[in-house]
Amino acid sequence: MQPQQEISASSDQFNIARAELLDSIGLQLSDIDHCIAKLMNRRLDYADVYFQSTLYETWTVEDGNVKEGVHSVDRGVGIRAISGEKTGFAYSDELDTGSLDDAVTAAREIAKEKGKGRYKVATQRAIQTIYPSINPLVGLEDAQKVALLTDLDRKVRSIDNRVIQVVGSLTGVYETILIQTSDGFLGSDVRPLVRLNVSVIMKDTQDRLEQGYAGGGGRGDFSLFTGTDLTSNIAEEAVRQAAVNLEAISAPAGNMPVVLGPGWPGILLHEAIGHGLEGDFNRKKTSAFSERIGERVASDECTVVDDGTLPGRRGSLNIDDEGTPAACNILIEKGVLKSYMHDKLNARLMNTQSTGNGRRESFAYPPMPRMTNTYMLPGKHEPEEIIESVDKGIYAPNFGGGQVDITSGKFVFSASEAYLIEKGKLTAPIKGAMLIGNGPDVLTKVSMVGSDLELDPGVGVCGKDGQSVPVGVGQPTLRIDSLTVGGTES
Amino acid sequence: MDIEQALHSLRLRALEAIEYAHKLGIEQAEVGVSYDEGLATSVRLGELESVERQRDHSFAVTVYDKGHKGSASTSEFSKAAIEKTISKAISIASFTAEDRFSGLLGPEFMAKNPRDLFLYHPWDIGVEQAEIIALRAEKAAQDIDPRIKNSEGASVSTGCGVRVYANSHGFCEGYPTSSHSVTCGAVAEQNQSLERDYWYTAARDPKELEEPEKVGADAASRALRRLDAKQISTCNVPVVFPAELARSLFGHLIAAITGTSQYRKASFLLDAKGTQIFPEFIEVIEDPLIPKAMGSAPFDNEGAATSQRKLIEQGVLTGYVLSSYSAKRLGLKTTANAGGIHNLIVKPNAGSLSSILKKRTELFLVGELLGQGVNTVTGDYSRGAAGFWVQDGQVSFPVNEVTIAGNLSEIFKGIRAVGSDKDKRGNIHCGSLLVEGLTVAGK
Repeated sequence: MQPQQEISASSDQFNIARAELLDSIGLQLSDIDHCIAKLMNRRLDYADVYFQSTLYETWTVEDGNVKEGVHSVDRGVGIRAISGEKTGFAYSDELDTGSLDDAVTAAREIAKEKGKGRYKVATQRAIQTIYPSINPLVGLEDAQKVALLTDLDRKVRSIDNRVIQVVGSLTGVYETILIQTSDGFLGSDVRPLVRLNVSVIMKDTQDRLEQGYAGGGGRGDFSLFTGTDLTSNIAEEAVRQAAVNLEAISAPAGNMPVVLGPGWPGILLHEAIGHGLEGDFNRKKTSAFSERIGERVASDECTVVDDGTLPGRRGSLNIDDEGTPAACNILIEKGVLKSYMHDKLNARLMNTQSTGNGRRESFAYPPMPRMTNTYMLPGKHEPEEIIESVDKGIYAPNFGGGQVDITSGKFVFSASEAYLIEKGKLTAPIKGAMLIGNGPDVLTKVSMVGSDLELDPGVGVCGKDGQSVPVGVGQPTLRIDSLTVGGTES
Repeated sequence: MDIEQALHSLRLRALEAIEYAHKLGIEQAEVGVSYDEGLATSVRLGELESVERQRDHSFAVTVYDKGHKGSASTSEFSKAAIEKTISKAISIASFTAEDRFSGLLGPEFMAKNPRDLFLYHPWDIGVEQAEIIALRAEKAAQDIDPRIKNSEGASVSTGCGVRVYANSHGFCEGYPTSSHSVTCGAVAEQNQSLERDYWYTAARDPKELEEPEKVGADAASRALRRLDAKQISTCNVPVVFPAELARSLFGHLIAAITGTSQYRKASFLLDAKGTQIFPEFIEVIEDPLIPKAMGSAPFDNEGAATSQRKLIEQGVLTGYVLSSYSAKRLGLKTTANAGGIHNLIVKPNAGSLSSILKKRTELFLVGELLGQGVNTVTGDYSRGAAGFWVQDGQVSFPVNEVTIAGNLSEIFKGIRAVGSDKDKRGNIHCGSLLVEGLTVAGK
């Protein structure tokens, strides 16, 4: 099969990525065609070539001054060759034709048999645009980035005189990718990502120390922080959390009803069911959710989606890292398991289609099924009504991280702000505690779902097999009838 | 990889970079340059599953321009890319605030004629040999018991790298390292319940790796012993952390005594130097110079010469974990820990894990820890766990879906025994620990 003809369609993303990744080093589109052709000379089911450039910048304020700034450039190409269940993968951070050819040779070694050399001619695809194709790093002068952080520091200190330490950071990422696949995709994405974080330490008159943390961000530029109240809100939130924690008493231990607040507590969904529904674990039948499509895994109240198409969200993608458009996929509908999340490899092996969840940390890692923004749709209850329904339990509106054992289904997530509920009322704040449950049945214990769906502020990072990707979560307030709370007071 | 050639070329790049920074009027600059190569081969259910080849370049520079600091890095090694990176660092330094504590570490601290610690032992294997080793591990797991019905596969990975650090004092030193591992993950099934576990061996010298059959068999027996686990009722009970998990507690210690958490006042062990934080029998040293060890380094990320030192003596904290910056902030001298700790060694006062299990009539043996749940500022500790109920030194049944919680200050003081079964796969070498004062939460 011949290499493709001249590109006719055009898009912003493609022109930007082509200039950034190919023109700057004198590579032609025909060089990528040659890679695909050479790969498909072996008996492969699929191959792809993934160019990526990532500019990353972060500024840090400490002791009231921005004393540190870091800038990094990472650029390279990943070559993947798939034969049956086998994957050959090689990458290079040198982008000359010789290095490209070496990587192609190394990747295709996975298949020894000669192939027919057949592949689909790639045609350039225009893609959906759910965030702007911009470089956030140049959208704001460096002096203004520094000013933004020193302002943040001043705001935090002005709110409460118990603040003794403030560390804030402003991060921008400008990522461009260009993908060509043996199944005929040629396209690009330009992915801006920004984030503002602050952590504060407060000391009370008894010398007790506590910290508070807040952040926000998304796919856009720094105007997210300059033109809005977000920076002030982040400052206030961090101080509020530290102040609450200064009053916290020891957490209870044991099984009890738990009410989760809206937004970031949706990490529950990410850990308890999200990972277990990723296609690779289900193809290999190592997930507690394997072969359970069509079965009830949650109460009627629960409908959960993974949605990569939310405008500007941290976990959103125009296309995934295999060129599949990101989509809104229903995972659980009214309690019934509807779908797993797939990349191309696992979809092909399970006779289905990719759901647009093929993601990779960078060119240096092969893609695998990953979440985007995972959240539960709103229900009918008022949040106050849900708290009032609990006689004795806890209310947890903020969390740190979480983790799951895919195979046994056991998952944890750790509350960073929580309160006792006594006779339907929030009483004392309690120290952060780990919550542990069983993924396949925790959602069957959800008896009330609130009407107040919120998404997280945009700070999530998900790790799997040593690869980190930005993600989002969300949920309305919800009640779980029984969950184990890892406090110290029995 | 031709190591001498690679070292030579990284040195040249580092020296050129320092010279270029000086030419642009920068008084103090430091550069870290590295090159790594690796091969990871994995198999699953008797078949080759993936082959990944890696090759990474990294160039990182920090400039100090009259007390203003700027840093930048790139994966591109061309002269133009490196010069652009240095200029970017200088540009950043023009926006950062002056900091009287920043700057290069004094020349008197630089390592002189750094010692060869024998950290480079290439493993000359190709994909086919790696595949055979991985298959041996997986087969050993599959053959051990019919209840091992599935596999997370086995993998063999080998990597070598060279890194060079240079700065404006004329320091320019580097050394090669290698790291190899064999990992196996097994899935056990019984009464429709699934459990997985894994085991791995890791060493700088491939000759020191465990046999693949042992890795596979350990992964399988670890998965098997978890089958039919149940939740227990909330209780206060002695807890044993086996060596592979015990080291995490000393990781939390390090996090609390690094200079950064001290000067930021973000530590439950704030200003704790000189105070008793462990029982008297606890002795901990840092030994960066152990030949072939995973955490060994002749100098740290700022060129400071490393040396052996005591960190906990008769339970008393004798120092912090400092870089040049955090040391200056605290009015102290660096402890050559820029980049982290180098081989922390906890001295044992007891024998094997099985002898520790006999020390109490009933206890909870941790098998796995889930989630973070550790607050370095307050010391509050609450983590998810699975494990085993142990009665009179014998495992009576597996336990899951519990948490263990306490405060690290009390957990440290509650250590009753340190085993001699040190896990040396990482940079913290600690045997199994018996700890009192934790709450296990369950039903």
